[in-house]
Order: sequence, then C-alpha cells, then structure tokens
Amino acid sequence: MTQREPLYRITKNDSRSFLSAALIRFSCIVLALLVSALFIFSITKLNPINVYISMFKGAFGTKRRIWITIRDAALLLMIALGLAPAFKMRFWNTGAEGQVLVGGLATATIMIGYGNKIPTALLLVIMLVVSMVAGAIWGFLPAYFKAKYNTNETLFTLMMNYVAIQLVEFFVDVWDKKESHSVGIINANNNAGWFPAIANQQYLLNVIIVAAVIVFVYLYLSYSKHGYEIAVTGESENTARYAGINVSTVIIRTMLLSGAICGLAGFVEVAGISHTISKQTAGGRGFTAIIVSWLAKLSPIVMVFFSLFIVFLDKGAIQIASDFNLNEYASNIITGILLFFILASEFFVNYDVHFGKRGKQV
Amino acid sequence: MEKESAVELRNISKSFGKVIANDNVSFDINKYEILALLGENGSGKTTIMNMLAGIYYPDSGQISVNGKVVSISDPKVAYELGIGMVHQHYKLIDVFTAYENIVLGLKEKNKDARKEILDICLKYGFEIDLDMHVYEMSVSQKQTLEIVKVLYRGAEILILDEPTSVLTPQEIAKLFNVIRNMRDDGKAIVIISHKLNEVLDISNKVVVLRKGKFIAEVDTSKTDERQLTELMVGEKIELDIHRDEPIDLIKRLEVKNLTVLNEEGRKALDDVSFEAFGGEILGIAGISGCGQKELLEAVAGLQQIEPGASIIYTSPENTEEELVGKSPRQIRELGVHLSFVPEDRLGMGLVGNMGMIENMMLKDYSTGHGLFVQTKAPKSLASTVKTELSVDTPSLNTPVRRLSGGNVQKVLVGREISLAPTVLMTAYAVRGLDINTSYTIYNLLNTQKKKGVAVIYVGEDLDVLLALCDRILILCSGKVNGIVDARNTNKEEIGLLMTNLKGGN
Amino acid sequence: MTITTLLAWVVAAVTFGTVIMYGCLGETLNERAGGLNLGTPGIMMLGGIASLTGAYFYETSTTNPNAFISVIISLVCCVVVSALGGLLYGLLTITFRANQNVTGLTLTIFGTGIANFFGGSLVKLSGGLGQISVSMTSNAFKATIPFISKRLGIFSNLLFNYGWLTYLALALAIVLHLFFFKTRTGLNLRAVGENPATADASGIDVIKYKYLACCLGAAISGMGGLFYVMDYAKGTWANDSGIETLGWLAVALVIFTSWKPKNATWGAYLFGFCYWIYLYVPTPVNVFLMKTFGLNKSTYLQNLYKMIPYLVTIIVLVLVSAKKRHHDRAPESLGVAYFREER
Repeated sequence: MTQREPLYRITKNDSRSFLSAALIRFSCIVLALLVSALFIFSITKLNPINVYISMFKGAFGTKRRIWITIRDAALLLMIALGLAPAFKMRFWNTGAEGQVLVGGLATATIMIGYGNKIPTALLLVIMLVVSMVAGAIWGFLPAYFKAKYNTNETLFTLMMNYVAIQLVEFFVDVWDKKESHSVGIINANNNAGWFPAIANQQYLLNVIIVAAVIVFVYLYLSYSKHGYEIAVTGESENTARYAGINVSTVIIRTMLLSGAICGLAGFVEVAGISHTISKQTAGGRGFTAIIVSWLAKLSPIVMVFFSLFIVFLDKGAIQIASDFNLNEYASNIITGILLFFILASEFFVNYDVHFGKRGKQV
Repeated sequence: MEKESAVELRNISKSFGKVIANDNVSFDINKYEILALLGENGSGKTTIMNMLAGIYYPDSGQISVNGKVVSISDPKVAYELGIGMVHQHYKLIDVFTAYENIVLGLKEKNKDARKEILDICLKYGFEIDLDMHVYEMSVSQKQTLEIVKVLYRGAEILILDEPTSVLTPQEIAKLFNVIRNMRDDGKAIVIISHKLNEVLDISNKVVVLRKGKFIAEVDTSKTDERQLTELMVGEKIELDIHRDEPIDLIKRLEVKNLTVLNEEGRKALDDVSFEAFGGEILGIAGISGCGQKELLEAVAGLQQIEPGASIIYTSPENTEEELVGKSPRQIRELGVHLSFVPEDRLGMGLVGNMGMIENMMLKDYSTGHGLFVQTKAPKSLASTVKTELSVDTPSLNTPVRRLSGGNVQKVLVGREISLAPTVLMTAYAVRGLDINTSYTIYNLLNTQKKKGVAVIYVGEDLDVLLALCDRILILCSGKVNGIVDARNTNKEEIGLLMTNLKGGN
Repeated sequence: MTITTLLAWVVAAVTFGTVIMYGCLGETLNERAGGLNLGTPGIMMLGGIASLTGAYFYETSTTNPNAFISVIISLVCCVVVSALGGLLYGLLTITFRANQNVTGLTLTIFGTGIANFFGGSLVKLSGGLGQISVSMTSNAFKATIPFISKRLGIFSNLLFNYGWLTYLALALAIVLHLFFFKTRTGLNLRAVGENPATADASGIDVIKYKYLACCLGAAISGMGGLFYVMDYAKGTWANDSGIETLGWLAVALVIFTSWKPKNATWGAYLFGFCYWIYLYVPTPVNVFLMKTFGLNKSTYLQNLYKMIPYLVTIIVLVLVSAKKRHHDRAPESLGVAYFREER
C-alpha cells in the first residue's frame, strides 16, 4: 500500500476573528487589482498605475463626476436593497432587471400620458406608486407559483426579464412617432415629472429616496415581525410551518416588496436620471445588484460600500476605455475579475488550508 | 488461539475546529471477532471509524491494516484495503436500483456481478430484490442492501454504525445471526452502539470511548451492564426511570378516523383513533416511517387531513374544541404543543442560524401590537432555560447550530415546557443525547405528567418506552395495531405489533 | 402560410434550436454532476468569440488558408476557451465552494465582457460592423452532407440542408443519453449529482467527476456559441445579446428535458420555433390584434410575439414543477457544494 499523504487538507474554521477575516478579504481585493492590472497591461502596454489613476479620475475627477458616481451607486444600491428580502428568504430573484424595467415603464407611461395635465409634485407621487405596483406585479407572478408548486424561481424571474424587455420595446414603438425606435427625452420642453433639484443638486432627491429605503430595509429585516418570518422561512420552511407561519403568504408578500423596491428603482432611473425609457433602462444593474447583495451578506451598510466600489470600477473602466481607445466592455472584464476574487476570498475566511505534512507523527 | 489482528489503530487524534473528536486513541480490531465500540453520542465512535473508511483523515496517529502501515486518504483506499462501513445514515442513491447502488463506483464491468451478489446473499442469508429502487425500500431492506454492497466489494473488515437503531426486535435478531455468520467466516466486525444489552448480546470484546478518549477494553464475557455504563458515563448512575402511577386522568384528546396522505398519495395514517389523557404518558412505537411524524403533525395542524376525521380537544375549562381545520397557531393557543425533534434536529422546531433568544420567540413572536418583535420576554426566557437546564452555550446569541445535540434538545424542550402546555407531544426527544441528558429529559416529561399534562412520547428505544410510558400505542403501516398497558407487556409483544398487522388487513 | 415560409421557419428554428441544444447538452452534463451553471450564456459567448478569433487570425495570416485546418483551429479555440470558462466556474464552486448562482451570474457578466471586448476590437480591426470575414471557415462549417442533401427535393431542404454541426448536435444528444443511462461512468456521474457523499463513500472521485463535468459541459455549451457565429452570423460579430438570450433558453431547456439529453433533440427545436414565431404569425391574427389594440402597424405586435419563447418557458417551468415523479426530478444535490469533512 502506498504511503502517500494528501497534498493538502481543508478544515472548517467557524471562529475567525473579524480582523483576520478583513485581512483575507483585503488581500484578495489587492490580488484582484494586480490581476486586473496585468490584464490592462497586456492589452494596452500602459503603466497600470497610470491606468488606475485614470480610473480614479474617471469616477471622482470632477464634482460632477462624483455626483454621477454617487447617483449610479445609489441606483445600484436600491436594487440590491430590493433583492435583500428575497435573498434572506432564499428566494433567488434574478428578475430585478425586469422589475426595474416595468417600474420604469410605468413611470414613463404616467409621464407621457399626464405630463401636461397634473402638477409635477402630484405626478411624482403617482409615478412612485404606479412604479412600485408594476414591480410588485412582476415579483408576484414567480412568487405565486413558487408558493403553490415550488416552481424554480431562478429561471422564472429570469424569463420575466425578457417579457419586460419586449413589453418596453412594444411601448417604445407605439409611443415613438418618428420611426426612430426610441422615445427620446420625455417632456424635454417642460420637465414635467422630472425630479426637481434640491439645494441646487440635481441628484439629491435620488440619494434621499435611497437613504430612506436603506433605513426601511434595515429595520424591516432586522427588527420587524415580517423580517423574523422571512428569516425563519429562509432557514427552513418546515420550521416556519411549525411556528405557525403561513409560508406561502410570506413568499408572496416578500416578493411583492422585493419587486416593489426594484420597481421604485425604475422610477428613480426614469424620472430622476435618464428621463427616457428603453430596453437599456435597467442596463444589467439587476444582475450586478444580485452580486452586490450577496457579497454584502444582505447587510444594507456593506451594500453601500459594494455598490460604490462597483460603480467606481465601472466608471473608471469606461474612462480608461475612452482614454486609451478601448471599448467599454473592458469594465465588465475588470468587474468580473474582482468579483471572482471576492467570491473566492469567502472560502479562505471560512476554511483553513493545511499544506504538506501533518503535525506530530508518532 | 492467538488472535490475528486485522486493524491496529495507534494514537489517533482528530479535531474539527475547536472540537476534539478523538484524542490519542489506540486499539486493535481482530479477525474472527465482533468488536463493540461503545460510547455515548459525541464520544467519537463514529469519527474514528470514519477515519478507517477514508471519510475523515486523522490529524495524527497511525493505522495499520494486516500488519502494514497505511494512509487511508479516501474511501477508495479503504475499499482496496478491504474495509467497508455501513453508515448510520445510509449512503444510498434513492433513484437508483439496488443493483446500481451495489456496483456504483466499481471500475470493471463484471458480467457475473448479479450472480456473485446473489451468492453472497445466499451464503449469509440476505434477501434482496436487485431491481427495486431504493425509494421503494423499507429501512431494513436498505440496511441489507448496504451490507451486501460492502460485502460485494470484498470487505473483510466490516464496520456497522448503530445498525439496530431503526430495526424491530425480530429484525435485530435476524441481523445478529447474519453478523455471527460473517464472524465465523473470518471477518473482523465492528459494531458501533450505545445500547448495552445489544453490545452484551452480540460482541466478543468491547472498547469504550468517552469524550473522544479511549477508556477501556473488556471481554464481553467478563463484564455487565453496570460496569459498561460506568465506563461509558464515567460515574455511577441510576439506570431506572422513575415512573409514578397516573392520577386524576382527564381526557384531553380524542382522535377519531384520522387519515393522512403522504406526498405520493399513499396513506401515511390510515383511520387512526385513540385517546390521550392528562396525567399520563402515552408512548407511540413503530418502525421508522410508519406514520409517527404524520400523527403528531396532524394533531398540531401541520398536515392536510382527509375528510371524516375528528380530533376533539377538551380544555381545562371543560369545553370541547374540534382541532381539524384549525391553523397551527390556533391549535397552539389552545395549549396543544408539539415539541417535534426531527431526524436532523434543526430541520424543524429550531432555527439553526439563530441564537437562543430568537429561537425562544419562534412560537409567539407575533403576539403583542406593533410591527416590530419584542425581545425582552424571550431574552429572559432564554436565560431561564439556560440556567435551569444548564445549557452549555457561549452566549444567548450564539447560533444554536453550533451547540451540541444535547444542548439543542434542551433549548427546544425548555421552550416547549415554558409555554405551559396541556398536551405536550415529543418525537425522538432523546435521539443523539448522552445518558445524563436523556434522563434530564425523562424527568422533565415525568414532571409534566405529574402536573396533569397529557404527554405523547414518540420513541424508538423500546426499553425506554416500556419504562417511561403508561400506555403504548403501536403504529404499523399507518394503522393503530394495538394500544397496550406498558406495565403488562414486553419487547417481543411490541415488536410483533410493530411488524405484523393484525386482523387480516 | 405557403410551403416556402414554413420551410424558412423550419430552417430558422433548426438553426437557433441547434445553438440552444449545444448549450443545453453541456449544461445537462454539468447539472447531472450537481453544478448549476448560470454562466452558461457567458460560456457560449466565450466559445463564439474564441472560434471567430481563431479563424480570423488563421485566415488573415495565411496566404492560402485551408478550410479543414481553419475548421479545426476554430473548433479547438472554442472548446479550449469554453472549457477554461468551465474550469473557472469549477474552481470557484467546487474547490472554493462559492455560491453557484452568484458565480454563474458573474461568469455571464465576465464572459459577455470578454467576448464583446475582443469582438469589438476584431470588428475595429477588420473595418466595421459585419465585416469580419471568416467566410471560408464559416462556409466550411455550413457545408452540408454531399449527395443526399440535393436529391430528395423538398425533403432535402427540410432534413438535410443544414451545416454538419447540426447533425453533430443530434448525435451528441444521443451519445450523452447513452452515456448517462447505459455506462458505468455515467452511473457514477449521476451518483455524484444525486448524492456526492454516497458517491464518495463508494470510491468515486467526486471532485474529479465534478471538474470534468463542468469543463466538458462548458466545452459543449461553447459549441453553441460557435454555431451561432459561424452558421447563423456567417462568420461575423455583433455586440448584441443574441447568444446570451439563447443561452438562458438553453438553461431553461435543461429543466424542460428533465435532465434527459434525448428530450433535447426535439425540445431545442421547439424552443427554436417559438423564438421565430414572431415572423410567421398569420395575417388574420395580426389584423385582429391590431384592431383590438388600435395599432396602425403590425410590426409593433412583433415585440409582443417575441415574448412567446419566454412565456412558453415559464409555462413549462410551472408544468414541470407540478409533476412529482422520482425520475423526472432534478439531481438531488444540484446547487450544493460538497465537502467530505462537513459535520
């Protein structure tokens, strides 16, 4: 019989200190930046340090850029927050993209239909409500079938994204009078239904809304009875039933909320940022938000950092793309590399790896 | 005759994080011998055998097989060395047939495989249908399949982890015959167990482990239950369960014509009728999966009940309530409590990732006004349970998943009793617990009985059922196959009732 | 509907059906071993761009490029790069035990990024959209089976007028099916997906099987990307979401087929039909719907018809979840990482 010992052994570590865990995560990010630098260097042959500086300028170089970075991070954060209740329930809502889109579509409908007839303040309230209702409907459908038949929600919500895209395309065509396959800027002449500037800041209202959502989601998940029910249901449906929780109700209620918050993000995007609607309105944020939400372990505070970080990468990558004549997909690559490293870092936080010989040998 | 050793374990240690599962353990396993590995739950019996089977790898120490030092880095190596283990939780694939399970993982295609398997069955007296799917099998059929699988792979060293825990007395007798056949055939056999009478019945030699350490090795013929218990627990303990005569019996539950279908649409409970009284412990016996779980869940409102059934609950105020059609919450508010301890302990009853405080409020989190949960009452309840039942936990917020089985059980039972039930239902309340904790639980149940609570106790250890309960209801294939007076019956009678359905049904 | 339009519909359905079939077969292999890879669309993008890049550099760098060699080069590029994508997924989910859903989604973002990044650069290199001409490679991939494809009239067009990769996909489906259900290795693989602890205890190298399944599975899925680029797009690249969309349908098809490759042989084409249905809706239906909705152009309706494949998928998901037969269920351990020493 051979005398070989395993090359390495893995053991679980439940009790790593906060500091040591933070150190592992930090080194993984540094490693990721090094690998990204290697990628950038191999493509551009430029000094990666300069490239990173260029990235930083792209995201924070001017006051306006800072605001845009904050604005986009806020939007991403809002979607991630919307996903958190669903994820806490272990419901894989991959449909944020579609929920945002229908929220935006609902907003645009009101903007176009009633832009000249109702004062903007009231218009904003109506759009807010309608966008949340639209998102909630998109959340309700997969939740209903999950509750009733345990239908795979990952793919259901994913398919709902495409249904939403086609719905948007349909309305864009119907509204578009010039055959340009675009609705253009809505109410460009009178800004009806647009977010007003607060204290001279165009995007302050966006931030205020997101801040309110952060507080709400935090309290809701951590301290409310609903939050407790979500946690129990996510942990074990049997336990939930045993505790007298109506599991179907919780699944449907939680997804109504999740969809509504994502719909609200659509409202912020359309009324507060782009003032238009197209199938690009959600722009992949629905998927990025899934990763933000998961990596932050559903903690709203950590999500703030992750959304800022990812938007920074995105803006930075777009900047280097234009500075160095690359195309904008470079940002997806760099984001991807980073996320892979962060995903892997969790392993080193939760497990110990021992190489080579065992300890004492008798 | 000089004993021929098959396996020598020397100074084996293994830890999982901070938990030391085995600490410097050494002993031998011999051919032509049945070794009983005795110890309480958590004493490291299974862990050390898992290292022989290649599931775990020791942190330090040395294993020799047939005189040669070996390194069992994975289960494949174990098979090559002729070591086969039948795990407590069977390692079978539900959607495969018996035959597919047996040949799984083997390289060469053997045309005579079927014949060889049937030869093994014939030799030792197994009965097996090779084309049956595992999901169609009974527990004892699955066990037979596991043993045949191991033997077909040429195991000369056979490890059986708690092989009797789910079998009836008759099935146990059959299994022990087979095991003796295998011993006489020259195989080295290890039985992991914590049941003393069985250890004394089957083994030649007993190795006792306690808290991961080797305690003693004794010849079975030179020992008795008292000595083994002392070795196992480390102190003298009273093994008798104190049982009071029931007084002031008051009818609490009257179940009539209860039928419940399982997922596949078959009857999990078939026309079950019985009564439960305050002031007594009603035991429920049956081989595993005969409707025990469904029965308790049906009373607690967790099952879809077929029409025609009624469950009448008589409250202390003497009003009668029909439980069928009520929600779990309504039933609970009447005082009917299910302290269900399922197979995986944390699957139902407790939330593994929550601490004691949050688990305390599982059933009454929704009481009180407002949108937010109240944590004051659960916090004080948690600390009461912690002190009174001496729950060993770093803090009240430590996820209960991290606690040992016994402590998890205490948390669960402590909460249920704190809710002042009139009917208390428990299932497998002592599964996985050490002897001392088990007796704590028995005492708690007896105290509840004295208080006039109707206790329903689903158990698997017939000795305990006979000693603890006043009456025992036997379930067989979802039907009530008899309700006997626990003081005037014996294991054999119950065993027969568990397997042979009466009345030509 | 004339026979010509019907024929056109069949051809279009078979083309996209084949893309979906490759994606589905690869993902089935992976899921049978317990890995749910939502990165499949990303891997198909990788496969597509790798095949194109390989062929492009071969065709432009050689004076007399040989069709056979170009096919080999582009196949090898596709398979290797896709398998690398699978390896990345395996490393993260098998060794590092990261969440499969999140890893998969990240891989799709990453794969799409890589593909469009290099695709965009290739487009730039070759002077504009639709201009990457690997016509020779593309034509070699579109080559039909000689003789038989001409002789049977309409049946030839219907059955034998597709590129050879179409038939390879069908053959692959059969081979995979036989592999899963008739061979010992297939049995072992399914055991890994059902219950890795049992497979491990039976002496199966669980980690090796999982890695092989996700790498080989990714390589097969990647072929879907190759087929899209070479056959449907005729050797050009566009930074659109065509492959990604088909990739998601491929993942859905795995459930539709109950993890049985033989069902993919017709299921994939069914999805293909649904995908193209919007072009072939009969005029009376259009007129009726236009009246109902008060629309003045039928092209508007196409946007709604395009929902059909996704709606069909949703309906299929619901129907599949409502049935509970043992042998149609997902592999038991699907989506769960395995750690032998878990306690």
